[in-house]
Amino acid sequence: MTQETSGGIKPKHQRLVLILLAVGALIGASLLAMVALQDQASYFYVPEDIEANPPEPGQAIRLGGMVETGSIQTAADGVTTEFVVHDGIARVPVTYTGILPDLFVENSGVVADGRMDANGVFVADQLLAKHDENYTPRELEEMTAEQMRAELQESVE
Amino acid sequence: MIPELGLAALWLAAALAALQLLAGFVGTRSGNAAFAALARPAATLQAFLCIIAFCALLYVFAVTDLSVQLVATNSHSLKPMIFKLSGAWGNHEGSMLLWVTVMAMAGGLIALIERRLPEKTMMATLCAQAFVALGFYAFLLLSSNPFERLAEVPPEGNGLNPLLQDIGLAFHPPTLYIGYVGLSVAFSFAVAALLTRNVTPDFARVMRPWVLGAWIFLTVGITAGSYWAYYELGWGGWWFWDPVENASLMPWLAATALLHSASVLAARDALRTWTIMLGVIAFSMSMLGTFLVRSGILTSVHAFAVDPERGSFILALLTLYIGGALVLFALRANTIAEGERFAVMSREGALVVNNVGLTAILGVVLLGTLYPLLTEAFDVRVSVGPPYFNPVSAIFFLPMLLVLMVGPLLRWKRDDFTRVRKPVAIALAVTIVIIIRAVFWDGIGLLPLLGLGLAAGVAIASLAPLQGRSLRRTPLAIWGMCIAHFGIAVALFGMAADTAFQKERLVAVSVGDTVEVGAWTGRLDSVNAVAGPNWTAMQANMHLSYDGGPELEAHPQSRNFWAPVMETSEVALLTRWNGQLYVAVGSQGEDGRWQLRLWWKPFVTFIWYGGLLIALGGVLSLIGRVRSDLRRRRGEADDSEEIADAAPEPEPEAQPA
Repeated sequence: MTQETSGGIKPKHQRLVLILLAVGALIGASLLAMVALQDQASYFYVPEDIEANPPEPGQAIRLGGMVETGSIQTAADGVTTEFVVHDGIARVPVTYTGILPDLFVENSGVVADGRMDANGVFVADQLLAKHDENYTPRELEEMTAEQMRAELQESVE
Repeated sequence: MIPELGLAALWLAAALAALQLLAGFVGTRSGNAAFAALARPAATLQAFLCIIAFCALLYVFAVTDLSVQLVATNSHSLKPMIFKLSGAWGNHEGSMLLWVTVMAMAGGLIALIERRLPEKTMMATLCAQAFVALGFYAFLLLSSNPFERLAEVPPEGNGLNPLLQDIGLAFHPPTLYIGYVGLSVAFSFAVAALLTRNVTPDFARVMRPWVLGAWIFLTVGITAGSYWAYYELGWGGWWFWDPVENASLMPWLAATALLHSASVLAARDALRTWTIMLGVIAFSMSMLGTFLVRSGILTSVHAFAVDPERGSFILALLTLYIGGALVLFALRANTIAEGERFAVMSREGALVVNNVGLTAILGVVLLGTLYPLLTEAFDVRVSVGPPYFNPVSAIFFLPMLLVLMVGPLLRWKRDDFTRVRKPVAIALAVTIVIIIRAVFWDGIGLLPLLGLGLAAGVAIASLAPLQGRSLRRTPLAIWGMCIAHFGIAVALFGMAADTAFQKERLVAVSVGDTVEVGAWTGRLDSVNAVAGPNWTAMQANMHLSYDGGPELEAHPQSRNFWAPVMETSEVALLTRWNGQLYVAVGSQGEDGRWQLRLWWKPFVTFIWYGGLLIALGGVLSLIGRVRSDLRRRRGEADDSEEIADAAPEPEPEAQPA
């Protein structure tokens, strides 16, 4: 072929340029993704972790634990709920504004998306509670298992 | 008797797939034409048998035959008929049968009607299709038999997850599956092209309608799924970056890239290797999605069964097919001769940007979806959501939109930017004016701001290719392209407008109280109990009016299903041309007040209109391509622009290395 079509690039290099472009973009995307994931992935905490190694206020995290018996209180506006999540070792106060999931009850497991505020209160954007007997958030499943183990241990001791 | 008939049909179909593989392989190798001729009827008959098996499953669900395990665990005699039928694929085994059936139908269809490819490539395609199908038959028959009988017949079934008892479910999964599995055809074509070293513009022309068809279904499926999540989950969002949503988005991204690169290959005989690669990747993403969704490693409403054996089975299939195809690609890629060259400023150049951008977004979504699984291997549990996906994918998406304004106006091979300066300048000017105007709106985020501006610019630029054409003589494929690109602008506008301007109100009110959100004022008239066939609900009865207009009724419900026991929120939607009011009712507080959540979502409906426009563009383009192909077969002149400005027919290629 005798065309001179590659806009300044030597024709025989065009394929190479295209490959480099594609590989470069993909590597760039991957690096960018990895950096962003380090920053933006929200880590799973139990109350013990929060006490031992408190996350930055404002950083998105996921908190899991048991709802403490007798701790659920509705604020005057009728839509804000305050309660305490514990794991048998530490306790974290939580505030949530919104419609509660239906199976959100005392002494059962809960996973909340949100962030700590400056006063050490966890502000939840969303509560994931059990939807039905077959559909359980993954962390919650393991949380109840851990809880079971802890309880068993306590009863043995 | 009927379940056994279905099972027998499945086994026979699997045997035919084996025959198809053998006939295609031996026939091609040894040149035994009589034996090779068996491959086509084997594929067609297989499709027929799978349809019988699928109808058998529909039948046992319709009559609630509780002696079948799948029916007993997933259905209930009191369910409405439509949900009995849709329940047939609302579970693991049934959905895998649907997968296999669609795959067999796709294979049968290419065997039946595809006559444009060289016979050798065609045989290799049928071989590849049969090879992939065999793995999924094995999976279905050995580890997920949908027709398994129970020794003891239970008095009643367990029922279906109420979230899935929705009319959306009747159509959403079959649509997505046709899209997912339709891409297997592209995969088989790509593998066949590698095997026979036959990558030509003709090959791309043959592959394109199949990809286009699958892509249309994927587009509709994703759009419908987004709307389903929006009104059924009661959170008012239209995209959650849920792993399952990502699993459907990834094949779509790959298929979109494939469509565009196949156009380059068909029209200009360039991007050969890349097109083959995308063909492999698109269906690989479908299989990966199935693995993520069905293996139970992700928990969601879509993960029907947490069964490690099944997970490993699918993982093995995945490794075999994706790994095998990639190895084949690596071995053969350098034997594909380089295609035609083109200048940077050309239609091809713009499409390369499209392809690289889509692939980069695919990579970003893939990494974000798999990251929690990777970290969990190190016992660190994380979740990845919008704070990651939105900005990182936008970095690649926004520049693509700029190129989208220019690309469709450019000529193939090489062009001069000054020729298209005017329409591009207008589109850019509108974009900039809107962005400058919008900066002064309070509290608007960066992404919605750019989204609004670019949506306007892309809307104008997407219609520019029609300018100066006689609209009646414009080929359908051009109309398809313009409408699909316009659909992107419409959807983008909906997303940006909803994100920027939505108003939310969360209140606890007593009966008789009024509530305001945006321009809406409403009153809670009463709350009463209502009952359905398999649920009871508390229903809030409200009257609402927009900006002092006529009063409209809304009846959001909080539903309790009893088989299985579960509560769901049935939201009320009031749709206007400029947006939607979304009302959900929560529980009653101790003081007797009811929780209400109201959103005014300006132009949110444009998101789904846009999705449908994108699909419509695909449909038009498909009709145009098929028509011009039929015409070409009859030997008439062709009106598609492809022939008009395509390069001269390429020399026969495929020089072995």
